Amino acid sequence: MAQMTLIQAITDALRIELRNDPNVLLFGEDVGNNGGVFRATEGLQKEFGEERVFDTPLAESGIGGLAIGLGLQGFRPIMEIQFFGFVYEVIDSISGQMARMRYRSGGRYNSPVTIRSPFGGGVHTPELHADSLEGLMTQQPGLKVVIPSTPYDAKGLLLSAIRDNDPVIFLEHMKLYRSFRQEVPEEEYTIPLGKADVKREGKDLSIITYGAMVHESLKAAEELEKEGFSVEVVDLRTLAPLDIDAIVASVEKTGRAIVVQEAQKQAGIAAQVVAEINDRAILSLEAPVLRVAGPDTVYPFSQAETVWLPNYKDVIETAKKVLSF
Amino acid sequence: MASKTKNQGFDAMKQLEQISEQFQTIQVLNEEGEVVNEAAMPDLTDEQLQELMSRMVYTRILDQRSISLNRQGRLGFYAPTAGQEASQLASQYALEKEDFILPGYRDVPQMIWHGLPLYQAFLFSRGHFHGNQIPEGVNVISPQIIIGAQIIQAAGVALGMKKRGAKSVAITYTGDGGASQGDFYEGINFAGAFKAPAIFVVQNNRFAISTPVEKQSAAKTIAQKAVAAGIPGIQVDGMDPLAVYSAVKQARERAINGEGPTLIETLTYRYGPHTMAGDDPTRYRTSDLDNEWEKKDPLVRFRKFLEKKGIWNEEKENEVIEKAKEDIKEAIKKADEAPKQKVTDLMENMYEQMPQNLEEQYAIYKEKESK
Repeated sequence: MAQMTLIQAITDALRIELRNDPNVLLFGEDVGNNGGVFRATEGLQKEFGEERVFDTPLAESGIGGLAIGLGLQGFRPIMEIQFFGFVYEVIDSISGQMARMRYRSGGRYNSPVTIRSPFGGGVHTPELHADSLEGLMTQQPGLKVVIPSTPYDAKGLLLSAIRDNDPVIFLEHMKLYRSFRQEVPEEEYTIPLGKADVKREGKDLSIITYGAMVHESLKAAEELEKEGFSVEVVDLRTLAPLDIDAIVASVEKTGRAIVVQEAQKQAGIAAQVVAEINDRAILSLEAPVLRVAGPDTVYPFSQAETVWLPNYKDVIETAKKVLSF
Repeated sequence: MASKTKNQGFDAMKQLEQISEQFQTIQVLNEEGEVVNEAAMPDLTDEQLQELMSRMVYTRILDQRSISLNRQGRLGFYAPTAGQEASQLASQYALEKEDFILPGYRDVPQMIWHGLPLYQAFLFSRGHFHGNQIPEGVNVISPQIIIGAQIIQAAGVALGMKKRGAKSVAITYTGDGGASQGDFYEGINFAGAFKAPAIFVVQNNRFAISTPVEKQSAAKTIAQKAVAAGIPGIQVDGMDPLAVYSAVKQARERAINGEGPTLIETLTYRYGPHTMAGDDPTRYRTSDLDNEWEKKDPLVRFRKFLEKKGIWNEEKENEVIEKAKEDIKEAIKKADEAPKQKVTDLMENMYEQMPQNLEEQYAIYKEKESK
């Protein structure tokens, strides 16, 4: 087995599916010769040619429309949005068009598009690069939204995303791109969309989280263990559709939960998870479910991001409130 | 117009004026139905000319009936088409079955003549999704509601055709307002950059709801916007079916020969309101302007042309009118038979496989809808 970073696992998945399926096309700004601004598509144009891996003009809305049109011609487009903060330019193509294609046409057409995009704080980007906008996307029925937290998950989830016949937004946290390596099988494998993963087993508290916050939560769990608390960490992996059964199972086991997200607190994934727990597992609860999240501001300029971003200390503090309730 | 600004070695205003002057309106038939441009005359047989006339007459009747059906509450959303028959139908007539149409919401007639059954067009108007369940082999997508969104999709369909090596084109329609959208520029620019076989038709009917075309842009023509994308752009008399046909036919040939996309601006007019949902054109148009454009009517001039050729008469026209009325009656009957649209239908079509949240809600709505 090979040791891979998250970005290597992504490149690996793209290469596998470009080989497997001649209908897979990969395109976006600077993804060809340049291999993407993070090198996620490094070497792919050379291997598969300009017909299949190509640069587009610089226009996100156009890229989204191109993906829809190519999908209508039987292709399986993988489009890159260079940074997810640029998604506002292409919201109509994604939410107004792709997400509705199957319904609008009564099943006659679909949009089998994978939208790959880097996002996430802590790497000192300019404005509108780091924002966590997954909540905005999960509000749109018709879309699936995936955020992997490990190289292994990234490869398996990306292969599932590409093969899915509905539009999938696949968000890649920039801080996780090269922060650690993990054993990743070289052969192909898939991880089903819509399935969470228990990253650490525990009995006293469930931390439900995703993306980079999985790692802050695991660190918090280790610290809490030193104080005698057994903490479970559930990695949602897919935010739409949510793995409701996995959330409920964990909460029923531990009786206490917190939800951790990097995004602003208002109207986010964490709020949705809390609501599902209230709907389905309130009688298992020993304490209220609390959230750890960024404050309700726009994503800050980089000098303020260290304080803005939730970290393991915030997780421990909130966990203790729930554990001692 | 003389510029007040001193030129220093170059004259940007002159350059702009020269570009605008190059975009002259192409016309084959004048308002009297006389051929004014023999060179641009398309190569159509008498039967084909009669067929094109029949389609225009038929569609005028369809428009009149649709308006009255809407007023009776028997149709829903409807955007009137009278006045635009040459722009809509002669452009579609220049296509082949394998060409793919991405229409705006006023472009239902092109879909019908490309193969969409009439009763489905009525169901679309009534807000039933079966109207959009396009039959296999009919290469159209449902009318786009977001102005301009179809233009970038057309670039994608065209690029897909090119990658497949297909000898076909993607054609998309928008209006003068649509040509102000960012997606318009992105669509023509993408198709140009990829040399994709696309045809972009802008039906300039002078008003985007109420806003006159003069307020949309400083550009003297919409056709000249093609220059910025590096693709050919032409302006045609959109009330002249033969000019429209010629323009689209030529654009199609260029596209399938690998020479890339074309932008076509058709100068036309909608006689009716924007839609039947309360728009009142007297708030933004004068009757003088209405009269001026009605004199250019595409049916009138084409009828004169065909009558002079001795291949059209009142009897033929009445046959078409009767046929249209009969078809409409049948189609409405068939549309009435469609089962009521349900929320559970919607849920079944959100994803290929229903996720847990929808599955749970599906059970609830199945129960509600069974009562």
